[in-house]
Amino acid sequence: MSRYVLRFGVLGYVALVLLVPVGFVFYRAFEHGFAHAWQAVTTPEALHALALTLLIAAIAVPVNTIVGVILALALVRGRFAGRGVLNAVVDLPLAISPVIVGLGLVLLYGRGGWLGGLADSGLKILFALPGMVLATMFVSMPFVVREVVPVLREIGIEQEQAAETLGAAPFQVFRRITFPAIRGAVAYGVVLTTARAIGEFGAVSAVSGNVEGKTQTLPLYVKAQFDGFDTSGAYAASVVLALIAIAVVVSLRVLQPKEH
Amino acid sequence: MATDAVVVERRAGAGWSRAGGDLARGVATAYLSLVVLLPLAALVWSARGSGLAEFWHQATAPEAVAALELTLGLAAVCALVNAVAGTATAWVLVRDRFPGKGLVDAVIDLPFALPTIVAGLTLLALYGPGSPFGVDVAFTRLGILLALLFVTLPFVVRAVQPVLLELDEEMEEAAASLGARPVGVFRRIVFPNLLPAVLSGVALAFARAVGEFGAVVLISGNVPYKTEVSSVYIFGQLQSGNGSGAAAVSVLLLAIALGVLLAIGGFRRWRTRYDRV
Repeated sequence: MSRYVLRFGVLGYVALVLLVPVGFVFYRAFEHGFAHAWQAVTTPEALHALALTLLIAAIAVPVNTIVGVILALALVRGRFAGRGVLNAVVDLPLAISPVIVGLGLVLLYGRGGWLGGLADSGLKILFALPGMVLATMFVSMPFVVREVVPVLREIGIEQEQAAETLGAAPFQVFRRITFPAIRGAVAYGVVLTTARAIGEFGAVSAVSGNVEGKTQTLPLYVKAQFDGFDTSGAYAASVVLALIAIAVVVSLRVLQPKEH
Repeated sequence: MATDAVVVERRAGAGWSRAGGDLARGVATAYLSLVVLLPLAALVWSARGSGLAEFWHQATAPEAVAALELTLGLAAVCALVNAVAGTATAWVLVRDRFPGKGLVDAVIDLPFALPTIVAGLTLLALYGPGSPFGVDVAFTRLGILLALLFVTLPFVVRAVQPVLLELDEEMEEAAASLGARPVGVFRRIVFPNLLPAVLSGVALAFARAVGEFGAVVLISGNVPYKTEVSSVYIFGQLQSGNGSGAAAVSVLLLAIALGVLLAIGGFRRWRTRYDRV
């Protein structure tokens, strides 16, 4: 009896907080027909927003993946003063409000900021692509590191040492031994990084200036359409983002290591 | 701790060359400094700006204090709800059996993947004006809480689930065979084992709730003194050109985030100590 109460209590909670709202957005987007929704999401502004979102992800995700693997190696295999601090810094983006991230960038690169001079010398960071990429890199930085670290701990270094004794060069060891072992974790981290990079709102909106057709990403477009009373545009763009999110959840399932 | 010494020694002579190690460490430190630490340092510097008195004046502006109180209160309620609902969800996903369980398990990750602004829009569509249920919580504190519950739903579940999977059911069976009732078994056997994981998940959920912006900004209505949370207040100050006011409140939130991370580190050590015993 209590088993059923618990089961249906949990299912009811998940449904009310999560499933029904997400499902309802699909309903709202398509309530005037598929053609209507398609039209709303293929306006030049929406397409530009989608392209910009993908471009930012295409820069931030590879950088965070490569640096993430290097960071994980440094955290697990390295032995140096300040390793604990480095470890803590990696977790920071998970605990900080995205608005604070955006504000920090504005104060750093804005007028009177330490690097505010960059704008005068022609390198525009704020209200331009570089600022949006920096904001995205900040918030999506921890995911690859956090996935790879436990795997590196688990595999140990015996195989790498063996390869080294047999004369393998360091990069060869990494390519032949280390990387195949962490490949699954890297893929998992890349999916999470991509999801965060595509969906970031607070940090990007603080630095982007939010100019339609110029510095507006898809999440910013959703907000702008909603504020401008173009709710069908907002719902249609939301569905695009929700479909990406569902693809992410499915890939996470597929990539999940089968332990049990 | 002889084994520790061996591990340390092995690590020192790890399979990658010393030069490679130095390079990796350099790249890692430079990247983190440039991307993460420098903007935060600029923020703290800017908050300090024209002296401690000015900082305190900005941080304790009545509207800022009201926003912070609301934020902390809602985050605390959100954390509490998650402690119960998250643990219950993890329990059902691990111990119960019903058709469609795999689907529910997968869906739990959705808030991690769904852009926060979409989360906010979905909740507003369903529980705002024009709600098909006739429930309108838009521009209320309950609406904000709902948005926070949405984005923090996975944290406790995903922290508790692996621990529950590892937990040996024999202990519980032994207790039951000795006459302990289900509640007693849970309280004396299961709960103490889950506690560090629950607390880690709750702390992450709390931090996320304190800082959440995208999911909240649409449904809260942002009425000062009523439904304006700190992140929205900071954003508003930034937009109206008061960077130092925004920075002052941000420093307080930053301190809270650091405190939460320290607490999580503590819970993690606590858990591994349990593992060793």
